[in-house]
Amino acid sequence: MAGVGSVNSPSVQSSDPSVASAPAKALVAPADRRFLAALILIGGTYVILLLAMVAADLFYTTPGHLWHALGSPEIQYAIRLSLLSCTLTTLLSLWVAVPIGYLMARFEFPGRAILDALLDIPIVLPPLVIGLSLLILFQTAPLRALETVFPVTYAVPSVILAQFMVACAFAVRTLRTTFAQINPRQEQVAMTLGCNRAQAFWRVVLPAARPGILTAATLAWARALGEFGPILVFSGATRMKTEVLPTTVFLELSVGRLEAAVAVSLLMMGSAVVALFLVRAWGGAGLGGGTSPRHP
Amino acid sequence: MISLRHITVQAGGFQLRDLSMEIPTGSHTALMGRTGSGKTTLLEGICGLRSIRSGSIWIGDREVTNLPPGQRGIGFVPQDGALFDHLTVRQHLEFALEVRGWAPERRDTRSQELAEWLGLTPLLDRLPAGMSGGERQRVALGRALAFHPPVLCLDEPLSALDDQTRGEIVAVLTEIRNRTGITILHITHNRSEAERLADRILHLRDGRLES
Repeated sequence: MAGVGSVNSPSVQSSDPSVASAPAKALVAPADRRFLAALILIGGTYVILLLAMVAADLFYTTPGHLWHALGSPEIQYAIRLSLLSCTLTTLLSLWVAVPIGYLMARFEFPGRAILDALLDIPIVLPPLVIGLSLLILFQTAPLRALETVFPVTYAVPSVILAQFMVACAFAVRTLRTTFAQINPRQEQVAMTLGCNRAQAFWRVVLPAARPGILTAATLAWARALGEFGPILVFSGATRMKTEVLPTTVFLELSVGRLEAAVAVSLLMMGSAVVALFLVRAWGGAGLGGGTSPRHP
Repeated sequence: MISLRHITVQAGGFQLRDLSMEIPTGSHTALMGRTGSGKTTLLEGICGLRSIRSGSIWIGDREVTNLPPGQRGIGFVPQDGALFDHLTVRQHLEFALEVRGWAPERRDTRSQELAEWLGLTPLLDRLPAGMSGGERQRVALGRALAFHPPVLCLDEPLSALDDQTRGEIVAVLTEIRNRTGITILHITHNRSEAERLADRILHLRDGRLES
């Protein structure tokens, strides 16, 4: 979130000479050295564990395993469904998160604080509970009536809905920060130049929000790809029907085919790494990603 | 002419009550006051960016109190310029004209004319990133003037500039007035800037306007 201050109060930064000074390259006293060493040791343990985990997966599997897994029709179906559902989820998430993020960043209205807390529910709620809640929601009379013409539960739409409920919350968070970082004066100037609010939004705000929108899209996509709990409850784990990649890992694991499970895991890990790089490349708006450390 | 008749403007818990003033056509009026005295709030009210609780605002013989900002005929230059980072200088100069549906040839003629006049011709295809404070301020002025507004509202246009650039923008503002005869309302808290540019100085003190 380091970018917030840089947009809202540029004068504060430029008038503070210590901000511009070089970071920790200065002389380090022996006592400080011990302190830094302790920090590195504690932090390093986690980083090493993280790398070891990935390395273990890599060494466990062989290109042969990976190839064999990719050849299975079930896994091919899961890849296709994952790609399709994640893409639709991303589009739906942006469709909803752009208006919510903009409204929350720009307008004061009664119940705003409550809405703010509400929007975080999918982030803090256990994923399984989201799945269960969706299942129960679709047991209510109006939605059961809907299901007679448009089946959702235990069908492909349920996969997208389960992914969307969680992924959208992350897109909303990101876009809210993105819009808050855009100087509202730009819209106001556009309005004095002849735009109405909608024109100012399309011509000025949305183009300025582009990096944030790309970040939100990538995050939503990556989040949707890894979604498992809600899908297991709300969509089931039926092969060639509601099987997405995390379901594959679960199913392969449950029948003892560890190699296939690891191969699919690596596939998802690869996608996650690519997503992470894209987020960084797009400036990580709303994440504090890609920003340099700030010094007091 | 800008005429404020008994207007009350609210900004959060802060209120400017029952303000009246007349700014003659073609004059350059400086509005001075301490930080927090409500200068920007008043300017936002005039530009239509903040709603007026009571009273009326007139520009020439037209009441603009309830008109949207874009129909008031006011060019607005905010403190930091608020340039659009994704648009080139040319697109800035043509922004208002495009929104107003001018034909491309007319837009092109007008942007060339403004660029030449404001010394922006070599920068026409540049984005704002990396421009100097003076260049940014000239782009903001050109963008505000493009559609020939009868009134120009400036919110501390010189405050973020170094001395040399400040002199350059003072010259530009003087020329704008000489060339166009536009009515200028200029917020500043710098007395010498006000005395150099304005032919009238108003003070906003404790919610009242004094000359």
